Amino acid sequence: MAKAGAPEKLIIHGKRLDGRKLDEFRPMKAEVGVIPRSEGSATFSFGETKALAGVQGPRPMHPKGLQEPTRTKLRCYYFMAPFATSERGRPGRSRRSTEISMVVAEALSNVIFLEDYPKTALDIFMEILQANASTRCAALNAASMALADAGIPMRDIVSSVSVGKADGEIVLDVAGAEDNFGDVDLAVATVGGGDAFVLLQMDGIITMEEFKKMLEIAKHGCATVYAQQKAALMKRYTAEVSE
Amino acid sequence: MKNEYMRKLILADTRADGRALDEFREVKVQKGAIKTAEGSAIVTLGNTKVVAGIKMDAATPYPDTPNEGNLVVDAEFVPFANPEFEPGPPTEESVELARVVDRGIRECHAIDTEKLVIVPKELVWSVHIDIHTINDDGNLQDAAALAAMAALQDCKIPKYDVEKKQVVKVETFVVSTGKPLPLKETPVEVTVFKIGGKLFVDAADEEEDALDARITIATTEDGNLCAMQKGGNGILTSEELLRAAELAVVKGKELRAALG
Repeated sequence: MAKAGAPEKLIIHGKRLDGRKLDEFRPMKAEVGVIPRSEGSATFSFGETKALAGVQGPRPMHPKGLQEPTRTKLRCYYFMAPFATSERGRPGRSRRSTEISMVVAEALSNVIFLEDYPKTALDIFMEILQANASTRCAALNAASMALADAGIPMRDIVSSVSVGKADGEIVLDVAGAEDNFGDVDLAVATVGGGDAFVLLQMDGIITMEEFKKMLEIAKHGCATVYAQQKAALMKRYTAEVSE
Repeated sequence: MKNEYMRKLILADTRADGRALDEFREVKVQKGAIKTAEGSAIVTLGNTKVVAGIKMDAATPYPDTPNEGNLVVDAEFVPFANPEFEPGPPTEESVELARVVDRGIRECHAIDTEKLVIVPKELVWSVHIDIHTINDDGNLQDAAALAAMAALQDCKIPKYDVEKKQVVKVETFVVSTGKPLPLKETPVEVTVFKIGGKLFVDAADEEEDALDARITIATTEDGNLCAMQKGGNGILTSEELLRAAELAVVKGKELRAALG
């Protein structure tokens, strides 16, 4: 059932095609406060996968009929830029982006004190500028940092990673051919680097044992991402204080 | 108020209709309900009812799978099924439901798509599954996935005229070859719901309104997991996720048996 263009092997002598070890991330980059006209903003990258997120609001909810009397209405919009993939994508919403927007909103609703801003709308826009797998994870990581940058009261930050299975091995931070030709793709997000899963999507066949192992790896991966996110936030705000 | 009551019941290991937490409502599968479809099925879970119909059509293959047939799954939340459903374009919920059904079938290669080639690299069968809700009393996801699988089992490949490049029809009816769709696996989906520290299956509508989180898990005949999707606004711990997976395998066997 090999797809056209599949490489013969995804893992050679314990190394992945891009030279990484099985449990090694691509270089991560996290920065907050990158879009001045946004209330809060951030970028997050896993290697070539680059996500940008900006928060607008809380702001008046229109039409008024959609206002929620006791809480803010959290609206998430995930978009993939048409130029972000090797073949031009169709602009605007797709079924895929609709679903991702929904699961991202569900994940974030766990940590935001939505009841602090009744009758308002809180909009989070995520844009994938360059895609090489794990885009929803990068988008969610950027979104949760952007929320913190906007000063939205939150219990903690959400952190997300992908774990895959390629050539029978479990790999952290799926990329490139592993995404197109690997056997399994599991995206998860946890709160504060702990054991509280707020997003989980899995495609591909795994045994119960593998699931157990993948969850452990994903959990530790999320904790690593969490540290990166926190460091980026600290960097931004420590600098402002010392000036 | 009602939500609080539903939560209290679940936390006390009971349910409004007297079921155990790991008990499904009565499952009924009726295959071949729609004469105009190549395959169809009506599935009921208690008062929840969905119908799945399959139409097959010749199409160009996708560039990355030139020698495989296509699978397309759509879901329509018909407004008569639930007063909260509104007419109009697909909602987030209906898109998610269709995509999760799609992944359950696709990821374990339930359909032998390599056997759906009409002219290599040019023309393949496209299997289009449409799921319509008839009545929503909760757990549409599991009902929809089961109906899709039953419809696939019921599906017969139409006759195709390569010269005329069209499906052979008599009057308005498609002529069937009588050949079943080539199937390799029977995935079923089980959604595990969480309220407080309790996990349960087959939530009724009023239980769904009170839940903290849910996870849909597709399983294969040999007890492996082939697609998962968490939903709802609450958290699940890794211990709960593993418990949910075990439950999905056990309950999945029951649902698979209902396919006959």
